[in-house]
Amino acid sequence: MIDAIGRPQSVLVLGGSSEIAQAIVAKLVPTRCRTVILAGRDGPKLLAAAEQAAAVGADTVETVEFDAADIEHHRQVIDRTFDQFGDIDLVIVAAGVLGDQSVDEHDPESAADVLTTNFTGPAAAMLAVADRLRRQGYGRLVVLSSVAGERARKANFIYGSSKSGLDAFAQGLGDSLHGSGASVMIVRPGFVVGRMTEGMDPAPFATTPEAVADAVVKGIESNAAVVYAPPVLRWVFTVMKHLPRVVWRKMPG
Amino acid sequence: MNAGPAGHRQLLTGWGRTAPTSAEVVHAVHTDLVDQAMAQAVSGGAGGRGLVARGLGRSYGDAAQNAGGTVVDLTWLDAVHHVDLQHGLITVGAGISLETLMERFVPLGWFVPVTPGTRQVTVGGAIAADIHGKNHHRDGAFCSHVTRMTLVTPTGTVELTPASDPELFWATAGGMGLTGVITDATLQMIPVETSYLLVDTERAEDLDDVMDKMLTGDDGYRYSVAWIDCQSRGRRLGRSVLTRGDHARLEDLPTRLRSNPDKARSFVPRTLVRVPVTPPSGLLNPLTVGAFNEFWFRKSPKHQVGKAHHMTGFFHPLDGVGSWNRLYGSRGFLQYQFVVADDQGETVRRVIERLVELRLASFLAVLKRFGPGDPGPISFPVPGWTLALDLPVGHHHLDRLLDDLDAEVASAGGRVYLAKDSRVSPSTLRVMYPRLGEWQAVRDRVDPAGVLRSDLGRRLGLSPDPVTGDERPTPDAARSPRRPATRPTKAVAKKPSAQKPAGAPTGKRPAATKVPTTKSTATPSTKERTT
Repeated sequence: MIDAIGRPQSVLVLGGSSEIAQAIVAKLVPTRCRTVILAGRDGPKLLAAAEQAAAVGADTVETVEFDAADIEHHRQVIDRTFDQFGDIDLVIVAAGVLGDQSVDEHDPESAADVLTTNFTGPAAAMLAVADRLRRQGYGRLVVLSSVAGERARKANFIYGSSKSGLDAFAQGLGDSLHGSGASVMIVRPGFVVGRMTEGMDPAPFATTPEAVADAVVKGIESNAAVVYAPPVLRWVFTVMKHLPRVVWRKMPG
Repeated sequence: MNAGPAGHRQLLTGWGRTAPTSAEVVHAVHTDLVDQAMAQAVSGGAGGRGLVARGLGRSYGDAAQNAGGTVVDLTWLDAVHHVDLQHGLITVGAGISLETLMERFVPLGWFVPVTPGTRQVTVGGAIAADIHGKNHHRDGAFCSHVTRMTLVTPTGTVELTPASDPELFWATAGGMGLTGVITDATLQMIPVETSYLLVDTERAEDLDDVMDKMLTGDDGYRYSVAWIDCQSRGRRLGRSVLTRGDHARLEDLPTRLRSNPDKARSFVPRTLVRVPVTPPSGLLNPLTVGAFNEFWFRKSPKHQVGKAHHMTGFFHPLDGVGSWNRLYGSRGFLQYQFVVADDQGETVRRVIERLVELRLASFLAVLKRFGPGDPGPISFPVPGWTLALDLPVGHHHLDRLLDDLDAEVASAGGRVYLAKDSRVSPSTLRVMYPRLGEWQAVRDRVDPAGVLRSDLGRRLGLSPDPVTGDERPTPDAARSPRRPATRPTKAVAKKPSAQKPAGAPTGKRPAATKVPTTKSTATPSTKERTT
């Protein structure tokens, strides 16, 4: 259960090798979280994430085969996970890829792959999760969106639009879950220095997985609907969204 | 197929308004509906998520919630079944409130044996939490005055007395509803001549002063409690207002009451004001609470003897303010109440010091002494000091602070009160309640399949889990040596039941009654695209 101070006892991560999700888990385990289930594509990165969760002190760490793009099996994977482990307090949707816009822009198929991995797949999985949370009468769904979805930018509109779709979907799902005991929290980080952005020049207000995790844990405690990391981006993007298009178009890559 | 009573899905919280979960609420307008709801829960209704009873929802935390399962609202069972005015024995429905009991029986010369700081609790809830009052040092907890009750369990309905099945009776006392649903009870009331008390009030300059006064003087009073100002520091740490008294006889009262016996016995509770909306969290902050505490301390007489106070003002001052829990704002609040032995007064001091240090505003801090406990294995009261603090949720260090206080209380041999709890850890609980295993054995006897479930029970691992068929959380998970790092699993290839301990002897429900999976195979048309 989630206690009065917002501390969950069990967490499921969809996209289990995500660095941000790992940082969140590392902050949750020392408080009350005893069970960590990491769902992702089998591989060394997922195992490393599992080892890290065990290293910070989780009693039960399990990995589950999950591919965000393999939509056909989402319901089955989610249902089996809930059947096997019982109640899950917190579900973090962290699956996603950045893609390479310069290539993808001219390769419709790989662009579609980005959209599937970042939006269609996670969205379908969230519906399966939402059904289970409704049934268990409580639970928090934490969705890793991005400020890139606030307004699609010339230089990364494929990634940006996928996050934009995911973000809108999560907002609607949150309203749909209202009154069920379950709820959705949307996380909109800025540029996160890490594996996904390796070799890129950090954008202004760049942040780290740990800082995002801090914002997420605080958001869970205060039952927030949307959190930005760093928080100042909420105001930065309020302005950005209203910049004239001629200016926005010139935003650097 | 068992067509149980239809519930409707409703979001529930405790009095602290934290951690809401939704459940099917069944309004038990008759005991038949309790039986039917129980039968339905036993047969795996409500997704196999079990059942718990709820009264007036005054537990601060998650005791009367059951996420995704059934919650039986017992407040409908509020009848008076039998009255013996000669001996003060009354048999009432478990959903009757202590307020109703006082309204009906104080004018007849009988008062409830134990009352907490609010009248808005049901008899069933009073038994389930084995509540205490300002007279615990003299009269013990509520269940010491219960002579019999009817308990609906998953394995049948039983008529319980302390003699018929002492184990189950005392497991139900303070058992937080996890041994069954109490539908009626017989109480031994106490005789009173009037609805007034003669009260002595005095101020104490610091914690030593108030503890000293209580240790030396409490025995002379039936009721005793100290309000502590948790904001004054240094030499004045723990300055308090001590109020103690006993029921007034008619001849003790001032002439205007003495000449009008009806008025001297009248009990007409009023809600003076009501908090109409939920203000933003943070209204009760160090500044406002500090001002209140200063006012309260100064308005209390330095020393006053034998003043007549009406029961309502003496026992239940906050009942005059409707929905006062809203004052803590949307994030809600929690109450931290613990007890430590008489010789562990230093723990009380350290707790107050920590609060003062962090400037955590406690609007209400109440200190009192418990007398001997009753035989209930997880009944809260044990002899010693009990301190109760209301704390708003939202202070950044609240989680760590309370975990630290838990450790301090546990190492002093103390415990926290489950009716107030909303955050203790399962491992610490097991240190605080060494007889928990004994209680669980009795619980499992009447409910082997874990049908009686609540959010509190889930959080603390008190009932076996029928969904996963899983064991309770490792009793002392935090301390036990770590398990092997990871057990990679492929859920797709794995059967859901693979984790179950084979042939567990506790009579788990058969797999067929688990969460129905037929519905979930009707996959939504994720593939169809609307263009």
